[in-house]
Amino acid sequence: MLAALRNSAHRAWLVLMIATGITWYLGEVGAAGTWAIVAMLAIAFVKGRLVILDFMELRAAPKMWRVLLEGWLIVVSSLILLAYWISLK
Amino acid sequence: MQTMNTAAISPPQPGTAPTSPHLPGDLAIWFFILAELLAFAVFFSAYAFARASHVEEFNLYQQTLDRNLGALNTLLLITGSWFVVRAVQAAHRDDIKAVPPNILLGWLCGGGFLVVKVIEYAEKFGAGISLSTNTFYMFYISLTFFHFMHVILGMVILTVLWFQAKNGAYGGHNAHGLESGAAYWHMVDLLWIVLFPLVYVMR
Repeated sequence: MLAALRNSAHRAWLVLMIATGITWYLGEVGAAGTWAIVAMLAIAFVKGRLVILDFMELRAAPKMWRVLLEGWLIVVSSLILLAYWISLK
Repeated sequence: MQTMNTAAISPPQPGTAPTSPHLPGDLAIWFFILAELLAFAVFFSAYAFARASHVEEFNLYQQTLDRNLGALNTLLLITGSWFVVRAVQAAHRDDIKAVPPNILLGWLCGGGFLVVKVIEYAEKFGAGISLSTNTFYMFYISLTFFHFMHVILGMVILTVLWFQAKNGAYGGHNAHGLESGAAYWHMVDLLWIVLFPLVYVMR
């Protein structure tokens, strides 16, 4: 079990499963508004980053490709955050 | 016992970084993935900004979605991705026999996703909901269906990879094609990781 967690992909899988559970739980308790939106986007960001670095194996890729994919995640999260911020005003 | 000897000479280091920068798979697949990501970035933003001018409608109809099925599908895609990572890692340590079953398990997770999605669609379409019902459902149906098509394409790619792997195509000598297909499959997972909170949960 502990030996398996030395493999970054196995670690990523475990974190991704737990993080999905947290997002589901936030939905179950009816979390809404600024903090809920920020929390869910932060969770999605962490999850997306794990997929990019540990599943797609871009951790050791040329910098440009890491920047492009992680940049995509940052841009998408920011645009969603901006749109939700507008809706809260 | 040849594979075991090879493994003994160069011990497998799954999940550890090689020393020089290396892009897995073909360069072309990464440009294709970028194009797909850009298309979805436009759709995700369009959803979020459309919502900003229809907040009450979006909040009301979002509650009709089955969050449990959405979360279950997230778990299926993540696990499907993980099996395909295991296939790639098996190829890298030249464990040729472990490649096909892991691809198959990844494919089955994709199949599970499609079954869950069809159950969800059947419930919605059965209730008379369509693209023209309202703005929320228009986005819900088109976004999830566009993603659905990508899951199908990903499974077609996995099918090809499985046949190739069965013939021993992927191992320590060559995992290029497998890495390319795997990257696409992970992209399908990455997109759902944003789509699920956005459409099913955030309010």
